[in-house]
Amino acid sequence: MCVLAHVLEDAGIATVVLASMRPVAERMNVPRVLYCEFPLGRPLGMPDNALFQQGVLAAAFDLLNAPSGPVLVDYPEVVEAVEAPLACALPPRFDPEIAASVDEAQGLRAAYDRAVARRGATEVGRSIDPDGVPGALADLERLIAGEHWKEVYGPRLDTIGIAHDIRAYYQEAALELAGGPPPGARQAEAWFYEETEAGKTLAAARDALTEQEAPSGITFYMQPVGR
Amino acid sequence: MSSDQTMRDLMANLPVPEFESTPWASPPPLAQATVAIVTSAGLHRADQDRFEGRGDTSYRMLDRSDRELILGHWSSNFDRAAYVSDHNVVYPIDRLEELAADGTIGAVAPRHVAFAGNQPDTVSEVRLDTGPAAAAELRADGVDVAILTPV
Repeated sequence: MCVLAHVLEDAGIATVVLASMRPVAERMNVPRVLYCEFPLGRPLGMPDNALFQQGVLAAAFDLLNAPSGPVLVDYPEVVEAVEAPLACALPPRFDPEIAASVDEAQGLRAAYDRAVARRGATEVGRSIDPDGVPGALADLERLIAGEHWKEVYGPRLDTIGIAHDIRAYYQEAALELAGGPPPGARQAEAWFYEETEAGKTLAAARDALTEQEAPSGITFYMQPVGR
Repeated sequence: MSSDQTMRDLMANLPVPEFESTPWASPPPLAQATVAIVTSAGLHRADQDRFEGRGDTSYRMLDRSDRELILGHWSSNFDRAAYVSDHNVVYPIDRLEELAADGTIGAVAPRHVAFAGNQPDTVSEVRLDTGPAAAAELRADGVDVAILTPV
């Protein structure tokens, strides 16, 4: 972002960066920075809160009045992440013949479909489509059971994309099931990794890949840092 | 420690390109300015190409009327649920429309820009090639001011 600020200013466009990493912005001689200590992924701070978002934009536009730069101002309101899992019930076990994660993913499909119909878009599809989610979990179960990743996936391994799609499928279903106002940052993530069979399967599969000495480039982004 | 603080600590010493000076564009008064959003969230329409993995230096032009874009940034290390609930928390296009309607800003730009984060440490291609190309497209649309939103 800070590089683009330089590029845009050079082209004659005045910029304000809503920075999320203060030390990075400090080191880059960026013309105008509003440092916003909000959860990462939320540069405007609060979803479904137009008043809060307009407050951030007003503070950003205010920096355009500075006569010279660099200018770096801290937005006065801090938003903290909420680490407690989202309250969202999971479907009961339906088919004991299949892995719990696969069963669970199938049980969430109706909620996922309602979420997509409501929003008109989905974040699932980087590597697999929604129909592929239960099968992708079944593949991860094979890794956990000891099969080598080359046997499961062949030469092309895109576990980062698969992990993204599984998590997106679950989180979109969970937001639909939970209803109400948007959860705090990290609550959907905590729900996924701490409460769902799929989250546990993904974590165990990453451990299995690490033990198989799969390239770190295909495991690092399978989960957030710290999980 | 929260995941966000962990990431902020990790990124604090990230190697960054050095800029010895600070460029400074002087915009017209806000009430006459055309404003665009430039984001590194990797947003794109479903009918546009996805961003590829790490180090994709390309960009997507987004029309003013586009909504419910896909969040194509590669990382798993930020909250994505907020964006799913309300795109304005990353891409405040509806907020800009409100500000244009009440006369606070002059106009909402006809097109906006999305890059993807996760760039190589030098960021050279964005700096020298795709960044200037995107800036030229915005200038051609008469953009005076850009709000930059990372994720």
